[in-house]
Amino acid sequence: MKSHIPETRLDEIRNQAALGQLDAKGVRPPGSPFPETNSYYGLPIVKPPVWTWEIPLYFFAGGAAGASSVIALTAQMTGASKSLVRDARWIAAIGAAVSGPLLILDLGRPERFLNMLRVFKPQSPMSVGAWTLTAFGTASAGAVIAELLRMKRAGDAAAFIAALSGLVMATYTGVLIGATAIPVWSRHARSLPIHFGASALASATALLVLRGHDEPALNVLGLAAAAFETYMGIEIESCDDIESEPLRKGPTGLTTRIGGFFSGPLPLALRLLGIRSKRARRAAAASALLGSLLTRVAWIEAGKASARDPLPHLQ
Amino acid sequence: MAVTGFLTDSTLCIGCKACEVACKEWNDVPDDGFVWSGLSYDNTLALGHSTYRHVKFVEREPKAGCGGNASEQLTWEFSSDVCKHCENAGCLEACPTGSIVRTEFGSVFVQPDICNGCGYCVVSCPFGVVDRRPEDGRAFKCTFCYDRQKAGAEPACAKACPTGSILFGRLDDLERAADRRIAQLHASGMTDATIWNPKETSVGGTHAFFLVRGDVRAYNLPPKPEVPTTLLKQSWSAAAVAAGAMAGLSLMAFLYSSNSRRGAK
Repeated sequence: MKSHIPETRLDEIRNQAALGQLDAKGVRPPGSPFPETNSYYGLPIVKPPVWTWEIPLYFFAGGAAGASSVIALTAQMTGASKSLVRDARWIAAIGAAVSGPLLILDLGRPERFLNMLRVFKPQSPMSVGAWTLTAFGTASAGAVIAELLRMKRAGDAAAFIAALSGLVMATYTGVLIGATAIPVWSRHARSLPIHFGASALASATALLVLRGHDEPALNVLGLAAAAFETYMGIEIESCDDIESEPLRKGPTGLTTRIGGFFSGPLPLALRLLGIRSKRARRAAAASALLGSLLTRVAWIEAGKASARDPLPHLQ
Repeated sequence: MAVTGFLTDSTLCIGCKACEVACKEWNDVPDDGFVWSGLSYDNTLALGHSTYRHVKFVEREPKAGCGGNASEQLTWEFSSDVCKHCENAGCLEACPTGSIVRTEFGSVFVQPDICNGCGYCVVSCPFGVVDRRPEDGRAFKCTFCYDRQKAGAEPACAKACPTGSILFGRLDDLERAADRRIAQLHASGMTDATIWNPKETSVGGTHAFFLVRGDVRAYNLPPKPEVPTTLLKQSWSAAAVAAGAMAGLSLMAFLYSSNSRRGAK
């Protein structure tokens, strides 16, 4: 029989207990360290986001749709091929049509989704987003329906409104998560809209390339987006503050890095090396598409991990 | 209507959790689990969708005049946490449906018949107070007993508190009472007693404020909380830059495309 206390200690405890004077309190045995005082038992301060898989998918679909409407308008203005303009408009319309149900599904009370349009609050990015999606969804659907009905002027007007609201669609999601109390998001409030905008542009371009379009402009846009995403990856890697830890450590860090690799360096290299190869351009497009989706998943999951750490709030 | 508030004085709290019980019963808040946390006597752990009052049990190094008086025993302090009812409330600003409103008592109230459970208030509260109740789908937090206050009664937690640790009253009266109490505590030797009420930050002060001893971080009270709306300007500016770059880049890329097309002809 081995023990870290002598047998006599048990007699001592018994005698003390009989007198009601036990010197070893249950909360802190003698010699143990006092509790840390720099937080409340390390418990979280903010609540993690309650958003599930619908939200990163919405960020991806809505972003790609928004950027696609911008490509549709600029392509049309410069006299690019009609099939490119039509496909870009369709991607915008389908993306918007998918976005609405995704957002409604994520609500705790989906049947009350129309309450989003009860008020307009410019100080709430969620309110701005709900109204933008409403305008964008209507306009992008209008553009393709008008085309089917051969109403060219109405289609062009709708496409113009879709492109304007599409610019907001592609970037506002960065503001949506940036202007919150979640440390990893708020720390990057300034770069997230640009990051998500680049990701949206990359995915819209990729969808058009995978549809079979091979305009040089698409390659230029893909190259620019991949270059920015590469820069963003370097910026994230060089953040050594505790707020950004979920972007570099644990499963969320891994997802961020994989998403970043498929968004930045890989498509950049493929487009630069394979400037004369259509196959390389298509591979770059597929990589950028996957990277864009993974990046949105990584940011939402990093937010959940970030909410668990009380220390950024206690500095 | 006068602006009302809560002053929660941790030096008077005995950790009985009567406030938690009274709140649950009056507001008909569902059970959110029986767990043994192992963290002192705190098995509630945090405010949430089904906890509007939460008593914290803070164990710290020995300090004369509080908790155990023996030099070897740690001090044991209790503090009943609650929604802060911020002057600049992150949840209220973020709510896209207008469900969250400022009442005539100055409190922040979630209207259950409007909330559609979007979850944006959850990530906008710098104190982790409001949360979405999974089985219900809507967001819930302390109502500041709006129904009771409407009828001229004090909130359930304040009424149930047996020691006067939870004081309810006009906010300006409570602020004066807190100053008097601090002076009294300092005079009797508790020089580490402080008031937590982030008036100098973007939160602009809270309608529920706390009197605690020592480092406020031991109570998970953020020393410098910020309301997320302060980030809007820089973030929307970045979005404008991104949108401008996207439109400009796209236009230039297609102009280059059309020029090279014309050149080829």
